Amino acid sequence: MDLILAGIKQAFILITTLDPEVLGITLLSLKISGTATLISLFIGVSTGTVVALTRFPGRRFLVSLINTGMGLPPVVVGLFVTIFLWRNGPLGFLEILYTPTAIIIAQTIIATPIVTGISLAAMQQLPQNLRLQILALGANRIQMIWILIREAKLPLLAAVMAGFGGVISEVGASIMVGGNIKGYSRVLTTATVMESGRGNFDIAIALSIILLLLAYIINLVLTQIQQRERPR
Amino acid sequence: MNRVILELRDIQIKRGGMQIIDLPSLSIEAGEFLSLIGPNGTGKSTLLLALSCLLKPARGHLLFHGREIRNNQSVIDYRRHVAMVFQEPLLFDTTVFDNVASGLKIRGITQKERSPLVEEYLERFGISHLAQRSARKLSGGEAQRTSLARAFATRPEVIFLDEPFSSLDPPTKEGLINDLDRILKETKTTALMATHDQSEALRLSERIAVMKEGKIIQIGTPAQVMNHPADEFVASFVGVETILNGTVKENREGTIVLDIGGHAIEAVGEFRPGTGVTCCIRPEHITLARFSTDTGSSARNAVTGKIGAIRSMGLFYKIQLDCGFDLVAYITRTSLEELCLKKDDEVIALFKATAVHIIRTTG
Repeated sequence: MDLILAGIKQAFILITTLDPEVLGITLLSLKISGTATLISLFIGVSTGTVVALTRFPGRRFLVSLINTGMGLPPVVVGLFVTIFLWRNGPLGFLEILYTPTAIIIAQTIIATPIVTGISLAAMQQLPQNLRLQILALGANRIQMIWILIREAKLPLLAAVMAGFGGVISEVGASIMVGGNIKGYSRVLTTATVMESGRGNFDIAIALSIILLLLAYIINLVLTQIQQRERPR
Repeated sequence: MNRVILELRDIQIKRGGMQIIDLPSLSIEAGEFLSLIGPNGTGKSTLLLALSCLLKPARGHLLFHGREIRNNQSVIDYRRHVAMVFQEPLLFDTTVFDNVASGLKIRGITQKERSPLVEEYLERFGISHLAQRSARKLSGGEAQRTSLARAFATRPEVIFLDEPFSSLDPPTKEGLINDLDRILKETKTTALMATHDQSEALRLSERIAVMKEGKIIQIGTPAQVMNHPADEFVASFVGVETILNGTVKENREGTIVLDIGGHAIEAVGEFRPGTGVTCCIRPEHITLARFSTDTGSSARNAVTGKIGAIRSMGLFYKIQLDCGFDLVAYITRTSLEELCLKKDDEVIALFKATAVHIIRTTG
């Protein structure tokens, strides 16, 4: 029990005094996961919108693939990204294994199906006739898609949050493709694993509190969105 | 005769291999109000979608001002000259003002030019006070008014209305029908409305088209459709009312005397003498008698007529009378036997002043 209390006390000191190492790790995490979420947002929203608005053979199969992808195990993603980026792997010439870029790639692969799946659902939840109403107001195709995305902006924001929440808390892929190199590819989750392994519970708890705080903020925003009234 | 604004030729619409609309021709005149009536699932909405170019028919031609709508550019141009209002308001998640402005914004009209138009139509639909309110916080009636204002603000030449009042409660509906009628007349907008409610159609229409299984089986003025239904289906759907045109002769404080086909008919209402009116009388409000002494009721109107036809409707009989105008009455089997009514017999039709329902004035 003393261990926990001492750890929490030390953690607060580390956070409030803006310990350079903790701060560095936090900022790197935000940068890596933020970039991965942004990339997955572009791919996911456009794919989700296209799949939601069009009918084509094999659409059902594609939707089931996307839904499966939403639960992609990070360790599996980490394994395949490692194999591809391995020195004599297909993309080995890029020499980016054990770099932040490799983590961004792995996290993008994890976040994209999540963002795509939620965007798809968000676009499909809009009233059936809304698309016709927008066209009837004289919109061309691009104007229509833009208005639809704006109408689904809140659920789309939820997609962003879910994607970000998924990758910021992910540890398996980050440690496999990033290597947890101090000051270079060490992020919140990989550092927590390492520090707790070493018995440095104060730092581990400090990092965990920051992670929990991020998770709380994300869920707060998501709840706000979910509890809003539906437009008529 | 007005000029034709919209014309359909040989339209066929298929869905899942089944033909759901088959329409050899339909012309809509500028400024008229045409209602498409018929039971649900008969293709009214589908036809409106085809007319507004939101659905491509398997074959057929759509002509606007005599020019055919073909390629993509002409479709968008056409859609910017017409408007569509659905049963659901389908508002955007923004303020009422921005909703009403959205059609104009899509057309690339600048904010400076948009604002006065938006304000004008908010005013016309009585929702100026809601301008800055979020569309999520509107009642059903307010939302549908916003949807209509959004459509009218683009100043369309033709407006398509797909069951626009169906989800509103009766008082809200009444108010909105009156306002819509006024605004359509003020703006001289041509309108096509799909509805399954014949009373809405009667209130607003110059012409009514009755649809069944994707076909228009009768089209004409409300009087033609109601008084001379083309077949049993139309008759049962429109509920057979007698529709009469007349002029107000006198106004005696709440009671008016109408001149209908040379007969003086008393009715209830407040209209100036000389006003043309269309009124209807429901067949169950008419009683028949052999002699005028048989009345024994408070009926204010007694008209003599000759029986044109007697038809069994199951529990009662439908009697068609020629009184100089057409009158339809329902009587029970017992009454029919008691009165010994036969075709070509002369009878007296009795009905109260309150049974004469004024649908609208004709100017």
